Amino acid sequence: MFTDDAGKGGIAAGGPGNSENSMRRTGGDLVQLITPAGERISHPEFDPWLQDVSDEQLCALYEDMVVIRRIDAEATALQRQGELALWPPLLGQEASQIGSARALREDDFVFPSYRDNGVAYCRGVKPEDLVRAWRGNASAGWDPFTVNVATQQIIIGAQSLHATGYAMGIQNDGADCVAVAYFGDGATSEGDVNEAMVFAASFQAPVVFFCQNNHWAISEPVRLQSHIQLADRASGFGIPSMRVDGNDVLAVMAATRIALDRARRGGGPTFIEAVTYRMGPHTTADDPTRYRDANELEDWAAKDPISRMKSLLERKGLLTAGFEAAVAAQADAVAKELRAGTINMPEPQPLDIFKHVYSTPHSWLDRQQEHYSRYLASFGDPAEAASEEGAR
Amino acid sequence: MTQMTFARAINSGLRKSLENDPKVVLMGEDIGALGGVFRVTDGLQKDFGKHRVVDTPLAESGIMGTAVGLAYRGYRPVVEIQFDGFIYPAFDQIVSQVAKMHYRTQGAVKMPITIRVPFGGGIGSPEHHSESPEAYFTHTSGLRVISVSNPQDAYTMIQQAIASDDPVLYFEPKRRYHDKGEVDETVDLSTALSMEKARVVTEGTEVTLVAYGPLVKTARDAALAAADEGISVEVIDLRSLAPLDFATLEASVRKTGRLVITHEASQSGGLGAEVAASITERCFYHLEAAPVRVTGFDVPYPYSKLEMHHLPGLDRILDGVDRALGRPNSLSGLEG
Repeated sequence: MFTDDAGKGGIAAGGPGNSENSMRRTGGDLVQLITPAGERISHPEFDPWLQDVSDEQLCALYEDMVVIRRIDAEATALQRQGELALWPPLLGQEASQIGSARALREDDFVFPSYRDNGVAYCRGVKPEDLVRAWRGNASAGWDPFTVNVATQQIIIGAQSLHATGYAMGIQNDGADCVAVAYFGDGATSEGDVNEAMVFAASFQAPVVFFCQNNHWAISEPVRLQSHIQLADRASGFGIPSMRVDGNDVLAVMAATRIALDRARRGGGPTFIEAVTYRMGPHTTADDPTRYRDANELEDWAAKDPISRMKSLLERKGLLTAGFEAAVAAQADAVAKELRAGTINMPEPQPLDIFKHVYSTPHSWLDRQQEHYSRYLASFGDPAEAASEEGAR
Repeated sequence: MTQMTFARAINSGLRKSLENDPKVVLMGEDIGALGGVFRVTDGLQKDFGKHRVVDTPLAESGIMGTAVGLAYRGYRPVVEIQFDGFIYPAFDQIVSQVAKMHYRTQGAVKMPITIRVPFGGGIGSPEHHSESPEAYFTHTSGLRVISVSNPQDAYTMIQQAIASDDPVLYFEPKRRYHDKGEVDETVDLSTALSMEKARVVTEGTEVTLVAYGPLVKTARDAALAAADEGISVEVIDLRSLAPLDFATLEASVRKTGRLVITHEASQSGGLGAEVAASITERCFYHLEAAPVRVTGFDVPYPYSKLEMHHLPGLDRILDGVDRALGRPNSLSGLEG
């Protein structure tokens, strides 16, 4: 139902903690469950949401973060070697992406930005599909409906509205899945993100706004986007929010589970600010030394999401030599798959340029395709003609 | 056949689409209890419910962006933009998302969204209520753009637009909303004239006069007036602005050898330029004279006391016909 009174009444409240009032917190203190030294801190509100997380799952979260960091490093190397035109590294944001994505159900639907490769990886996107668009072989890497992840959005914040509209559809279908919009601190200044929060609140749509505050929008610091904590903005829209340590995979996972649960019960949208840091450049074309202080980087390096998880596993006696070797082997295997998939990716054909502009025949375009086809044919070998054309 | 106003014909077409397909959802500002500022959606929320006819917050990008999400979920959103001049906040979502999604996803994600836009002037409105922004959208690949000129087409083509798996901008001539016409509500969409086709609405032999939307009526009146002077004008209603139906245009120009295009929108970079250039490329050796454009001026839409100078009327169109025929006209003696 898209009615403005939707979500009131309906499905009964309850669930872990059964503390709907306390969960409707707005912003507030940063929630941290794992210290940078790897110490697990108890938290009365968040701990109930992690009771089922076994040692095995802790190890799996660690492995995911190591693997996605390796994918990120391999893609950066592929760019440096001329195999990719560009790559947007997520270095430093592994806990935010893995912790949130691993909280999702298969039928939830994700609307990511271009940097959310860790989320896409968790949803089952193949390594070479992560780089397909960055190699220039397609506009986007995958069929959204095979993994329930929309293709990565480049227009900042535009996907937050798509997630909200999708959530309105979920509501109308009477389903209990959730749409999740991923965006960054810069996006919170965009009209679309603000309009998405207006719509989500008005219709009480089952959507989670997952904001990775990585402190930098290319060269612009987060203080240029907002004079208050980003999580505190949500209250102006009537949307409950949480502010969590984005380098703490368990805090992120718990927050995401709380938000998803609220949405599934008809409780409407939630805004999560995951406070993290973009350790690398905006993209491989960027040079952060021009605008940020090396000391800041050092401070954040000490809060690294993977090393703190490693320390936690060590404290719990889970970090065996065998496990470490298995994780390293898995990261190597995925990196190898990514490299091979990239280098062996089939080249698009010249006339592919005309495909899928419309879903049904279009007289103008059909004529242009026919003319360009004849032009290419006039050279004999169309592929050769196209490469010459491009070289001029 | 039922006699009804233009606005009622659109309403009736929307109703039919809502009845036939549970995935059709109407969205817009004031379209519910009020029935829209022009009452085009009158009674639909009452009959189909708030979940099918959705009053949205006042945010055009928000409306368009959530429509994209609904399309992702399998819905067929029909979005009302309240006035032509209010479409620009939604421009990014239309051009960067709606238009490109199918291409971006290699056909995996369809965007069967219909965007209804009341457009054009002649109703004495303040700024932003009388514009003709169609060329921004005909220039954008991935969109289909149509404009209706009479109640029957309004009824039929709104249903064709909604049934299309591609996004369609549907431009409604707001100054014709109260015009009445006969509408056959039993029309079979599968055999009705395709929304991509133009239609010859007045046959003639000496000049081809091309119009769409609000100016089709004016063009027909001009053809009648010309006939009184013994000049035979063939009037074509474009109906589809993107793609243009060049087959129909070419056939006419090959017969008449002369082409006049009229629209309310400004001249430079407008539809008239596209028609003139394409027809010149395709029919150069059949043309007896350079194509003539009779359009709004390259000015912001003027304040209402002056709008009748901006809008091509019957006499300005006839002056254009005279230019095409080489008869004495307002520009006689001027070069270029």
